[in-house]
This record gives sequence, C-alpha cells and structure tokens, in this order.
Amino acid sequence: MIGLKIIKRKPLPGWVKIIIPVVAVVITLIFSAVPILIAGGNLWKSYYYLFYGALGTRYNLLETFVKASPLIFTGLAVAFAFRAKFWNIGAEGQLLAGALLATWVGINFTGVPQFLLLPIVIISGFIGGGIWASIPAILKTKMKVDDVVSSLLLNYVMIHIMGTLLFGPLQQPGSSWPRSPGILEAARYPMLLARSRFHLGIPLAFLAALIIWFINNKTVFGYQSKAVGVNIKAAYFGGINTTSVILKTALISGGLAGLAGVGELCAIHYHLLMDISPGYGYSGIVIAMLGNLHPLGVVFASFFFSIVLVGAHTMSRMTGVPTYIAEVIQGMALIIMLISLLLTEYKIRVVRK
Amino acid sequence: MIGEIFNVTFITGLIGATMRMSTPIIFATLGEIIAERSGVLNLGIEGTMLMGAMTGFLVTFNTGSLWAGVLAAALVGMILSLLMAFLSVHLGLSQHVSGLGITLFSTGLAMFIYRLHFGSPIVPPTVEPFRQVAIPFLSKISVIGPSLFNQYVLTYLAWLLIPVISILLYKTKIGLKIRTVGENPFAADTVGVNVNLTRTLSLAAGGALIGIGGAFLTLAHQNMFLIDVVGGRGWVSIAMVIFGNWDPLKGAIGAVIFGFLDGLQLRLQGLGIQIPFHVFLMIPYLITIIALVSVSRKAFVPAGLLKPYRREEKGG
Repeated sequence: MIGLKIIKRKPLPGWVKIIIPVVAVVITLIFSAVPILIAGGNLWKSYYYLFYGALGTRYNLLETFVKASPLIFTGLAVAFAFRAKFWNIGAEGQLLAGALLATWVGINFTGVPQFLLLPIVIISGFIGGGIWASIPAILKTKMKVDDVVSSLLLNYVMIHIMGTLLFGPLQQPGSSWPRSPGILEAARYPMLLARSRFHLGIPLAFLAALIIWFINNKTVFGYQSKAVGVNIKAAYFGGINTTSVILKTALISGGLAGLAGVGELCAIHYHLLMDISPGYGYSGIVIAMLGNLHPLGVVFASFFFSIVLVGAHTMSRMTGVPTYIAEVIQGMALIIMLISLLLTEYKIRVVRK
Repeated sequence: MIGEIFNVTFITGLIGATMRMSTPIIFATLGEIIAERSGVLNLGIEGTMLMGAMTGFLVTFNTGSLWAGVLAAALVGMILSLLMAFLSVHLGLSQHVSGLGITLFSTGLAMFIYRLHFGSPIVPPTVEPFRQVAIPFLSKISVIGPSLFNQYVLTYLAWLLIPVISILLYKTKIGLKIRTVGENPFAADTVGVNVNLTRTLSLAAGGALIGIGGAFLTLAHQNMFLIDVVGGRGWVSIAMVIFGNWDPLKGAIGAVIFGFLDGLQLRLQGLGIQIPFHVFLMIPYLITIIALVSVSRKAFVPAGLLKPYRREEKGG
C-alpha cells in the first residue's frame, strides 16, 4: 500500500512566503489548460486573450481596476475575520446588507449635498454589513453556534430579504423587474478618469487595505484579534475580552464586505438589483487565502482574479471557452494555494507501507 | 379562507411535497453524517450536490437512462469527496478551507461543463423525469396514502437509508471503526485501525449519497438543470447534522422538518396567497438557524472532528 508521509520541515526564509502565492497562481494557470483544451480552445490564443482582454487596452485595464475594487473589499473582509479564526463565510450576505442600507439612504436622503451624502452612504453600507456579520459573531460567542454554518445560512436569508423588498416596498414604481428606484445623483460615486468606470470605490479599496494593515500591525486591537486567532484560550487567560474582540472583528469584517456592496450600487448599477453581486463574497474567501490573509496579498490576489474575470469575457468571445472558466480557475487557485502553503511547512514523502 | 387552505387535497399535497422536498436533504445529511462521524467536516457538500445535479442531468440527457444519471452523480460525488480526502485527510489541510475549495471548484466546474455541452439556449433543455411509483394497497389509504406511498423510488430509498445508516453506524464493525476514528483516532490507530483509510472511505461513501441528493433535484424534483438548483441545500444539510446531533435518525427528522417548510412554501405559493414568495423561501433558512441556536449549547461533537491525524503529532 502506498501512503503519504507528512514531515515537518525547517522554517523557510521569509521571502518564500511572498513567492508562494505567485507560484500558486502560475501553477493554477498551467492547470487551467485542462478545461481550456477540453472546451476546444487553442491554448496560446486563449491565454493571450485572457490577458489582452484584461490589460490590453486602456478601457480594459481600467475595467480590471473596477472589478478589483469589490474583490479587495470582500477579500479584506474575509482575511480580517479568518485572522481571528472567526470563520466568516457570509461576506456575500454582508455585501448585500451593506448595499441594501446604502440604497435606502441613497434614495431617501434628498437635498443633502454630495460631500455630505457620500460619507453617509458609505458609512451606512459599512454599518449594514457590520450588523449582518455581528449576528453569526453573537451566535458564536453567546450560543456556541458554528460560525461557518450560521454565516453561510444568513447569506440566503439576506438574499430573500432583498427579494421580499425588491418585489415589494423597495420596487421601483412602474417597473416589473425586481429593482429599486435609482439612487440620488448626489449619492453616486464620482468617476475619477474620463471614458471609463474608474470610480471613487477603487482608491477607497486601496485605502481600506492600508487601514487594515495599520490595524493589524500597529494597534492593540489588531494584536488582540490575532491573539484570539492563534489561541483563543490563551488569549482569554491572558486577559483579553475574547467575546468583544470577536464581535468587533466581525463588525469590521462585515463592514468591509458592505463597502463592496456600496461600490457596486453607487458606481456601477445605481439601482439595487437581485444580482448586484456575482459572488464577490465567495471570491473573497479565495482571495483572502491566496493573499495569505495579508492586506497587501489581498490586493494582489484581487487583481489576479479581476484579470481572470475581465479577461474571461474576451477569451470566451474569441475562443468559445465558456466564461465560467473564471469560476473553475478560482476554485483551483484556492486548492493549489492550500497545497503550496502546506509545502512551506511540511515535506511530503510517498512511502510504501 | 382557512377552510379552503386546509382541505384534504391540500394536506395530501403538503405531505407529498414534504416527502419530495426532504429527499435531497436526507441524502445529503446522511452522507455528511458518515463523513463527520469519521472526523471530517465536508464543506464540499454544496458544490458536490451541484455537480451531482449537473452530472445526473447530463448523463440522463445523453443516455436517456435516469438510473445511469443517478449512478453517475454518485460516482462524481465520490470522486469529489476523494479529492476532499486527499486534501484534508492525507495532506492534513484545514477541513474548513479545503471543503470551501471543493465547493467553489465544483460549482465552477458544474456551470462550465453545462455551458460547454448545452451552450446558452433560451429554453433550458429538459429530460423525462422520474415518475412517482404507487405502492399497491398502501397508496389507497385516505389522505396519507396518496402522499406517503405514491413517491419517487429515490424518496423511498432515502427513507430506507435512515435505518440502514443507523444500523451501519451503531451495530456493525464498520460503524464502530468509523466512530472510533472520529472520536479518538489515536486509540483507533493503537488497535490497528487505519485512520486515514477509514476516513477516506467514509468520505467517499458519504459523497456518493450527497451526489445522489443533487441528482434528485434535476431528475425528479425538476427536469432541468438551473444554476441555483441546489440553492443552499448543502449548507442546510450541514446544519441538519448539527441539529440532529450527528445521529442519522435525528438528522433525518431535521431534514423532514426542512422539507415540510419547503413544501409548505411551494403549496402556499400554488394557492396564489398574497404574501411575497421570498418570505416563504427565507423561512426554512431562518428556522434552521433558530434550531441551531436551540441545540448548539448541548451539541455532542465528534471529538476528532476538524483534526487531521498525524501519528507523529500525538496530542498536538
């Protein structure tokens, strides 16, 4: 019988940690050849159009930034939660919750000037996502309910809350589609570059990454949050109020996811729609892992995925490979990253038993 | 109004719908219980169900044989669970993240393969789905007969599996092995049980059931494949495992309660009641969460769950 033996290896130098995600991305792209070939796509043409579609023209390059923005937010959301071992799989629902509250503000706060309304909309989106994420945190800390399951199930609850509202009180009058009235002009994100959709949410995403880096490394809370993640019992006996730390971590995590929703609402769609997120919340999980839970890593991983998402459309048009290749690549990337991470700590030997 | 709703036809219909809607959850819950009792939380369940649903549909569409579809779904479920076993058991990676990886990967793969094969037609292709099979005599009993005993073969099979899996887990040597490996892998290893092999096989067996649960959705409940056909039923099954305290019978009871709420939602929609249907769609998930709250404090979790087994790292 052949088995695998996993042996702990000596700690590797720090630069390996940075190389690992890059290696994982390259391996993922190599493995992507299998579904591309099965779909009958020419390999060189496919990869060429994948990258050309995402980076080849000014408009496409800026679109890659546009797609990266929500991914950075959800990636940060998941990374921040996972770092504290708060298993928040609910970024999708929190994104929607943020978008929902921002929609309500964006429709109703008439007469407020833009310089005031924009911060209000952004903060309301943060609060919406934060509140939704605090539910699994409270259930976890007070009732011992598994956070993975509760945060996942809450995604579906939020989708149906949205459905109820968009087919009901929040439906645009006269519309037969489940969509909200348009938000006020003053609630829209300004476009920062001409002839593109390069909007305020993009620098905001970078700013968020910077702030999370700061919280992680320079604040007591960032330290406590990490301590809870490393060993919750030790943190508790070390005098950290673990319940409060998990709750705050959840609020920030959900808030970040909510900001992804605000961006999609205020810069892309201007109406709340049932499909305002094509699964950004779930992509956030992959991005967080690929980014090694580090804010800078999250930014890079988000760009990798946004290249794949944007490029997949051009590739599909030119070669006939279905756009769902992007989702396949996403799933593969997570699995390959996991294995690569393992290899930094362990050696794998094939042994005969 | 109330009289209109609660007449015999409605109740018969509701019981029938409960039976139907609980079938995929029973399959998936039982499959997940086998895996978790051996010590592996399989969060790949949602994607595995979707792959089962897609594969079952695809194979039936091409061969015309419903059972070939079911078999293929079981096989695909098994293969994906073997991948899960490779990652979480043999490499010892985080069960949470490996499972999510499997779900994301197989969700993408299911949509990719479907699109590759069928393109994007305006009207989704359909198959001739399973027909209900009436059990002689029993199906003639008033009210419950036509609903309980005029069901799909897969539904009967799901119900049959409840005692079968219970007996397997509690009364056989194989079950004892699975439970020991899930509770105390070190002890199991000491008495000569191959921990990783047992976990791998448990995952594979569970994966087959999960795949069949998915196939039920496209071959019996509906006759087509839609991207949201599973719609969180995998996650609900995970919740049912916790709700049922990792016991097949109690887990199945949870599945039937969920099936009832799902069925009620369908029947009330059918009556054209003026309540937004999204409210009904939400209720099963909401009640699942509430149920989790009520049981989680006293939950009995298999002690070895979530822990990869490495002989060198005893007690680690």
